[in-house]
Amino acid sequence: MPETDFDVIVVGSGCAGAVAAYTAATAGKSVLVVERGSCAGAKNMTGGRIYSHALKKVFPDFESEAPLERKITHERIALMDASSQMAIDFTSSELAEEGKDSYAVLRVAFDGWLASKAEDAGAEYIWGIAVEELVKDGSGKVIGVRADDDEITSQVVILAEGANPLLSERCLGNPRPKASQMAVGIKQIFELPESVIEDRFLCPKGEGAAMLFVGDCTHGNVGGGFLYTNRESISLGLVASVSTAADGANPTPVYQMLEDFKSHPAVAPIIKGAKLVEHSGHMVPEGGYDMIPKYVFDGCVIVGETAGLCMNMGYQVRGMDFAVASAQMAAEAVVGAIDAGDVSEEGLKAYRDAMEASFVIKDLSTFRTWPRTMENWSSMFTDYPVMVKEMGNALFSVGGAPQARLVKRMMPIVKKRGLFKLAKEMRGALKSL
Amino acid sequence: MSKVNEITVNVDEFLALDKYEIDEENAHIELVEDADAEEFLKLVRVCPAALYKIDEAGVTSFDYAGCLECGTCRIACGGTIVKKWDNPRPTMGVEYRFG
Repeated sequence: MPETDFDVIVVGSGCAGAVAAYTAATAGKSVLVVERGSCAGAKNMTGGRIYSHALKKVFPDFESEAPLERKITHERIALMDASSQMAIDFTSSELAEEGKDSYAVLRVAFDGWLASKAEDAGAEYIWGIAVEELVKDGSGKVIGVRADDDEITSQVVILAEGANPLLSERCLGNPRPKASQMAVGIKQIFELPESVIEDRFLCPKGEGAAMLFVGDCTHGNVGGGFLYTNRESISLGLVASVSTAADGANPTPVYQMLEDFKSHPAVAPIIKGAKLVEHSGHMVPEGGYDMIPKYVFDGCVIVGETAGLCMNMGYQVRGMDFAVASAQMAAEAVVGAIDAGDVSEEGLKAYRDAMEASFVIKDLSTFRTWPRTMENWSSMFTDYPVMVKEMGNALFSVGGAPQARLVKRMMPIVKKRGLFKLAKEMRGALKSL
Repeated sequence: MSKVNEITVNVDEFLALDKYEIDEENAHIELVEDADAEEFLKLVRVCPAALYKIDEAGVTSFDYAGCLECGTCRIACGGTIVKKWDNPRPTMGVEYRFG
């Protein structure tokens, strides 16, 4: 093996990059992390909540040391039209069970902790500089990085540059994600006292809620709203498919959608009196299995969002657990390949094998057709919320006029949309879910 | 031309809450000259920082200061009117305090 400055260079210190650096450094490798933010998390944003199972494999005691905002024990899903909302609220002790639990996080604090774990394990850091290029040898093998006109070499580069995959496209030849495969996320953080959050969400101290909204929050466009309770703030935002939000058929810019969402009668009371402290934007890869690019190369592996590892099921949004798990698998394969003296694509193939045997690729593969089903299911975002409002009104509204039997009140609402059509749409969706 | 509804929100006020190190000398995003109006409207719709603006007279403007570095404009129009999209130079750009 040629002499190099480091065994491993990691590009980016988000959930994936920091875990990869920690894993490789813990195995005794010399590791350099190059992070473009001036501090960890400076360029990062999540909705967000992390499902802890993958993190627990890397850090068995993470609960006692990670800066977690709240344990999420309430799952809420809301269907809204312009003036109505039908929401379900689910809570159970299983949601809080060790290994199945999930936590709201804010990335500056959370990524700072992850980076400190990598540093404590021996990884070196360069902050505030973006890698401009992956350096290759004559055969096309990645042998290092170029950043701010310096070339630094390593046996293997682990690419964890996030959702906007510049280096993956420019230096590894992966395709640019399509606008239909990416969503734009926009989020604001509202400060509220701890006890007010617990009162507004009916949660015990230290616990919190996750909410997903469908319908008028995106003015009927493919996408949805989200809300996560932090310890002393609320993360509120929405995601919208880049292709449909950009399309001429959509007259409302995403920031105006967010503003309208904030003033919806079911949302405004949640943030009443709260202080807005940050406005952020980020992309989310939502194309699922079909957008996963090649992720093992001669001298290089790709992890986390850069590999398209995210899943938005509408009722469940995952990304950070995929990032952590893929990074751990990648770093283990990288360490093994360096020890074996073969860091070619073939030598690094243990990463792909581990991924394919794991929940990461299995889950993305199981729900492979879902992104396209959702994209083509426009009534889910436009007419279903209206239908649910009409049903809710038929069920709950009393004006004193003599009432017909319930089935007679409900059937016209369903019939005018076509019973057969609705059943067919539901069956199609259930098949890909 | 496609339509953009009236915008009542002033996103610049929100961006004023965020922390930036603005690179006055170097634009990390550049558009082609005489950008196609329909393509520009796509960016008006999708940029979460509302950096792509069009006024009542149809005059377009774009300012990279205030960029949240999400890359959405690159994905939406990287093949058309977004000519250059690089990460900001060292230590420049947005610096989230919460994320």
